[in-house]
Amino acid sequence: MGANELTQALREALGDGIADVVVFRDEVTLNVPRERVIEVLTHLRDVQQFNMLTDETCVDYYPREPRFGILYQLYSIPRNIRVRVKVMLSEYDASLPTATGLYRNANWLEREIYDLFGIRFEGHPDLRRILLPPDWQGHPLRKEVPVTVEENAFTFNRERVDAEKPYATE
Amino acid sequence: MGLEQKLGDMGIVTTSLEKAVNWARSNAIWPMLFGLACCAIEMMSTQASRYDLSRFGMELMRASPRQSDLMIVAGRVSRKMAPVLRNLYDQMPDPKWVIAMGDCASCGGVFNNYAIVQGVDEIVPVDVYVAGCPPRPETLIDGIMKLQEKIKHEPLKKWQ
Ligand code: SF4
Repeated sequence: MGANELTQALREALGDGIADVVVFRDEVTLNVPRERVIEVLTHLRDVQQFNMLTDETCVDYYPREPRFGILYQLYSIPRNIRVRVKVMLSEYDASLPTATGLYRNANWLEREIYDLFGIRFEGHPDLRRILLPPDWQGHPLRKEVPVTVEENAFTFNRERVDAEKPYATE
Repeated sequence: MGLEQKLGDMGIVTTSLEKAVNWARSNAIWPMLFGLACCAIEMMSTQASRYDLSRFGMELMRASPRQSDLMIVAGRVSRKMAPVLRNLYDQMPDPKWVIAMGDCASCGGVFNNYAIVQGVDEIVPVDVYVAGCPPRPETLIDGIMKLQEKIKHEPLKKWQ
């Protein structure tokens, strides 16, 4: 089954204002507003047999607004096809409903997105940090976080960098 | 059989307490079995038959910090690991030494980012830095011998 047939089916089922179906190089992407994402995912899982959530992740499109893109990569084991669902979120209201009710593995994937991007998932059973220590400040994969944490030391600035470094004495 | 018979006709050896104790300390350092990243592979091969760290009295890698004198920080230390590393260091009995093995442990290496501690000397005091990514076993052995030299010249008043 190719992308065309799937696109046709999706356009018929979800086309009327729910999801925008985009095909690029035989990859099907559904652009979905935040309010409809659970509806679309339920349809894909129950009707179109996309029974596996391969990945759920986030992209920071700073300085564009809406800034964050949440991506769901779905795979259908019986049909051997893939589809991508994409939700754009504003920087000022970065939250969306959780998919844990549909796919159990979304639990940890959403915790990771929360940890690194600070996106809030409403209705998530256990929204804690998963990779970073619990007392961490900030969300390091956001683009406003600097790439390097320390100035590189060369011969001309080594003494200054050295003087600022917090050495342990005991 | 006592020491007199063993030594035979050598007579009496005189030395200072400082030298005798430092000599004993420097030749029986027990490192802690503690590897954090890729550098640990080179540390393992340093102990294995080809490079054979036991030539320097260090064949016993202790799995418990309470029995070890030397902490070889082999690899990058993440900020999440840092409190654990400090905890292990605090559990080691005095006298204790630290070798920062590899660029990551010495200064953060290529990982100048939010997750990695920029040099383990921010958490524990380091005696010897071993450069390289990863340092070859010869380099680590060189670092260990430098540490032995350092221990041999430690003055009495600095003993802990
Ligand atoms: S210095 Fe190189 S080999 Fe050692 S832990 Fe860092 S990246 Fe790995």
